[in-house]
Amino acid sequence: MTESDVSEPDPTEGNAGGQPASRSKLYQEITGVGGRARDALLVPALAVITALLIGGIIIALSDVDNLRLFRTDPLEAMNETISTVWGAYRSMFVGAFGSINAISETLFAATPLILAGLAVAVGFQAGLFNIGAEGQIIIGGMAALYVGFTFDLPGIVLIPMCLAAAIVGGGFWAGIAGMLRAKTGAHEVITTIMLNFIALYLTQWLLKTTVFQQPGRSDPISKPINEGAQLPYLFGSEYRVTIGFLIAIAAAVLVQALMYRSTIGFEFRAVGANADAARYAGMNIVFLTVAVMFTSGALAGLAGANQIMSLPPYQGSTAFSGGIGFDAIALALLGRSKPYGVVWAGILFGALAAGGREMQGVERIPIDLVEVIQALIIVFIAAPALIRSIYRIKTADTSAVQITTGWSA
Amino acid sequence: MKLELRGITKRFPGVVANDSVDLTVEEGQVVALLGENGAGKSTLMNILYGLYSADEGEILIDGEPLTLGSPSESIAAGIGMVHQHFMLVPVFTVAENVILGIEPTNRIGALKQRDAEESVRELSAQFGFDIDPHAIVENLPIGVQQRVEIIKVLLRNARFLVLDEPTAVLTPQEVDDLFVIIEQLRAAGKGIVFISHKLKEALHIADRIVVMRQGKTVAEVDPSATTEQDLATLMVGRPVDLVVHKEPAVPKDPVVQVEQLRVFDDRNQLAVDGVSMTIRAGEIVGIAGVQGNGQTELVEAITGLRTPLAGRILLKGEDVTTVSPRQMHKRNLAHVPEDRQRSGLVLGFTVTENVVLDSYYHEPFSRGIVMDWGVAHTEAERLVEQYDVRTPSVDTELKSLSGGNQQKVIVAREFSRDVDFVVASQPTRGVDVGSIEYIHARIVEERDRGAAVLIVSSELDEVMALSDRLLVMFDGHIVAELDPATVTNAEVGLHMLGSGAGSAAPAKEDTP
Repeated sequence: MTESDVSEPDPTEGNAGGQPASRSKLYQEITGVGGRARDALLVPALAVITALLIGGIIIALSDVDNLRLFRTDPLEAMNETISTVWGAYRSMFVGAFGSINAISETLFAATPLILAGLAVAVGFQAGLFNIGAEGQIIIGGMAALYVGFTFDLPGIVLIPMCLAAAIVGGGFWAGIAGMLRAKTGAHEVITTIMLNFIALYLTQWLLKTTVFQQPGRSDPISKPINEGAQLPYLFGSEYRVTIGFLIAIAAAVLVQALMYRSTIGFEFRAVGANADAARYAGMNIVFLTVAVMFTSGALAGLAGANQIMSLPPYQGSTAFSGGIGFDAIALALLGRSKPYGVVWAGILFGALAAGGREMQGVERIPIDLVEVIQALIIVFIAAPALIRSIYRIKTADTSAVQITTGWSA
Repeated sequence: MKLELRGITKRFPGVVANDSVDLTVEEGQVVALLGENGAGKSTLMNILYGLYSADEGEILIDGEPLTLGSPSESIAAGIGMVHQHFMLVPVFTVAENVILGIEPTNRIGALKQRDAEESVRELSAQFGFDIDPHAIVENLPIGVQQRVEIIKVLLRNARFLVLDEPTAVLTPQEVDDLFVIIEQLRAAGKGIVFISHKLKEALHIADRIVVMRQGKTVAEVDPSATTEQDLATLMVGRPVDLVVHKEPAVPKDPVVQVEQLRVFDDRNQLAVDGVSMTIRAGEIVGIAGVQGNGQTELVEAITGLRTPLAGRILLKGEDVTTVSPRQMHKRNLAHVPEDRQRSGLVLGFTVTENVVLDSYYHEPFSRGIVMDWGVAHTEAERLVEQYDVRTPSVDTELKSLSGGNQQKVIVAREFSRDVDFVVASQPTRGVDVGSIEYIHARIVEERDRGAAVLIVSSELDEVMALSDRLLVMFDGHIVAELDPATVTNAEVGLHMLGSGAGSAAPAKEDTP
C-alpha cells in the first residue's frame, strides 16, 4: 500500500491536526474546571484586587479639578486623590456590609445571582456552555408566577409548588437545547441564545393574554401572586432579603454534593472532561447531555422564581429577569465554576451593587463605576495569564498553550 | 561539522533530569537516543532546542560554544526539531505551514506564495518526499504530515535534525518510508538525532546508539556489536524478558462468537465486511493488520461502542449484537482501548477517579447515586501498589503521569475484575520496555485464568508473541488464520498487505 492509497488520515491515529477529545487547556484556564486548587483562590482574589486598584485610578482620573491641582500643589493633590478613592471604597464597603440593612441589600442582590451562577457553573463542569440562563430565568419565573396566582394556598404548600414549577420550567427550557445538542449536534451556545429571544417574546405575548394579564391593565403586567407564594423575609419586614437567600445557599450545597459525591455528578464531570472516554466507560451521553442542561436550567428557573416571589409587587413584567442570566456567566467564571466559589462571587457582586448605590449617594461617584469594576474583574478572570504575569506567579505546567484547537469537543 | 553536548546537567525540583550528559553528532550520521519514558531524553533535546537552559554544561558546534536561549537561536545555529506532536496549522496548505514564521514577502509586504510553493517543491524533489504544496494539511495522512514538519526544518537550513519519537504515530509502512527519508538526509550530510524507545528501530537506522537511563548516558554502543537484549538491559537497568513466556493454550468452550459481522465506519463506508470468528475460554486470538483495515470498527462493534450493520455477536451464547458498552461491562468484558488518551482515560481526573471510571455505578464504589470515594480511594491504592503504577499519589491527575503509567492504570482497572472476555487494542503502544513485559505477562495470566482474549495490534511482533491463534485482517475481511508458532513474520506481512498465498482477498464490494 502506498501513501496515495490513503486518502484521509485515520482519525484514531495520533492527534496531529485533529481536535483532542479531551478538554483544551484554554477551556480549563477560563472556566476553572479541573484547575489547581491554588489557582482557584489566588487568581480570582488577585483579579478582584487588581480591578479595584484600576477602579481607584479611574476615580482619581475623573476628578478633573483635582488633576489641575497636581500642577500647583502635587502633595495636596495626592492627598486629595487618596482621600477621594478611600472615601469611595469606604462608602462602598459601608453600603455593602456596614449595617444590617446593608447586609440585607447585599444578600438580596446576591440571591438570584448565586442561583443563576450555579446554573452556568454546572454547565461548565459538564463541558456545556449554557449561555441561556436569561431565558431559563424567564420561563422558570413565569411558571412560578402562574402557579403563584392560580392557587391560593398556605405558604408551606404553595412556595414548594411554585419552586417546583420554576425548576420544571427552567429545566424544560434548557432541556430543549440539551436535546438538540444530543440528537442533532446543534451547539448549545447558539440554541440557548436563540431560546433567550423566544422566551422573552413568548413572555411579552403571554403577559397580554387573559391568563396572565392583570384585569384592567393594558400593558404587559401580570396578576400578582397570592400571599402564600411570597417568600418570607429573612430579617423581618423592614429588610428586603428573603429566605430566597437560604434557598440559594441550599442549592449550592446540593450542587456541590451532586457534582462531587454522586454518581450522576461523576458522569457530568466525565462527559465534560472527555466525552469519548465517558462513552467508552458506558455512560449514556444523550441522557447526560439533556440531564446536565435540565439541571442547569432548573437552577436558573429558581433564580426566576426568586425574582417573582421575593420582590414586591410580586408580579410578572417584561423585565423581571433584569439581565441576571448574563451576569451569571461572569459570576460562574469568577467562582471558577465551583459551587462555593459561585456563592462568594455572588455575594461580591451583590456587595458591589448595594455598595455602589451608597457610594453614588454619599460620595457622588457614579454607580457606573461598579460596572467598570465588574467588567475589569471578568477581563482578569478570563485572562488568567495576564494576572499571573502581573504578579509573576509561576505555573508548574510549562507546556505551551495549544492555539490551534477548539474549546469543546 | 560536529554538534557536541558536554556535561549537560538540568535539575528540576526534586529530580535531576539530566546528569552530566554528553552527546556528539557528526554530519552524515544518525545517532539514536534510546531510553525509557522519563529517562531524560526530552529534557536533553529541549535544552538543545533552547526551550530549557542547562544548569551546567555547554553546547558546541565545531568546538565553538553556543548560547541557546530560545528556539530561534537554535534554529539560527542550524538545529531543527521535529516534535512528536506536530506543530502544524491543520487548515493551512503545506506551503503555508512550511513558511509560517519566515514568510517571504515582496517590497510592499505581500506574501510571495509562489516562492514558498517552489521551495517546497524543490525540497520535496530533492529528498523524494512526494508532497503537493497545495494540499491542506489536515487531509494528509500522519506520515505525510510528518514530512511537512521535516521540510519546515530543512527550509530553515537545519544541519542537525532532532526527530522526537518520530515512529510513535506511524504505521509500519510509514515507518519504512521514514527510514528511507532518514537515509537520504544522512546522505545529504545532515546530522540526525533519532529519539526512540523502540530497540529494533534504533538498531536498524542508527550509526551509533546512545542509551540514557535516569538522566545519565549509561552507554554508547555500535549497533553492529549489540543485540536487542543487551540494549533492553541497558535501558531498563535489569535483564528484561523480550520473549513472552506462556504455556500452550488449553482452549475450552467458546466465549465469543462473531458471525458475518458488517460494520460501517464514521464516514459510512463498510469497514468490516463479513467477519466471523470464535474466541474460546483460555486462548488468545490475535488480529494482525495494517492500521485502518477495519480492526478499530470491529473492536468497537464487539465492545458495544458501534452498532453493526448486519451479523451477530454472541457472548456465552447470548446475543449481544446491539447492547451498550455498559451492558458489556456488566457481562464481564475488559476493554483496553486503542487510544488511551482519547477514550481510555480522563486525563484531568485523578488516578482514583480513573480507576472507577467504568465501575463507579455499582457497589462497593457507590450505593444508589451516592459515591463512596473512601472505597474507591482504597481500591486505587491497592491497584497502584499491585501494578506498580509510578505516581506521587492516587490523587494525582492522570495527565502528569507518563504514557506507560497511564496505560498501567487502564490495564489495572480492566484486569482488576473477574472478567470472561478481554479485548486489548494496541495494549503497549507508546509504552516502554519494562512496562511492556509486565502488561504482556498480565494478558497471559488472564488467559490462564480462563478468559477469552482478543488482541489487536499493528505491532506484528506483539501479536505474534502473544497469540495462540493469529488472524490477519485486510480491507475489512479476515484473510488468513495462521499458527503463530510456525508462520514467519514475512508471511504474515504478505497477508497484511492482502497478497498472501491462497488468501486472495475477496473481491471488494462497493459500499451501498
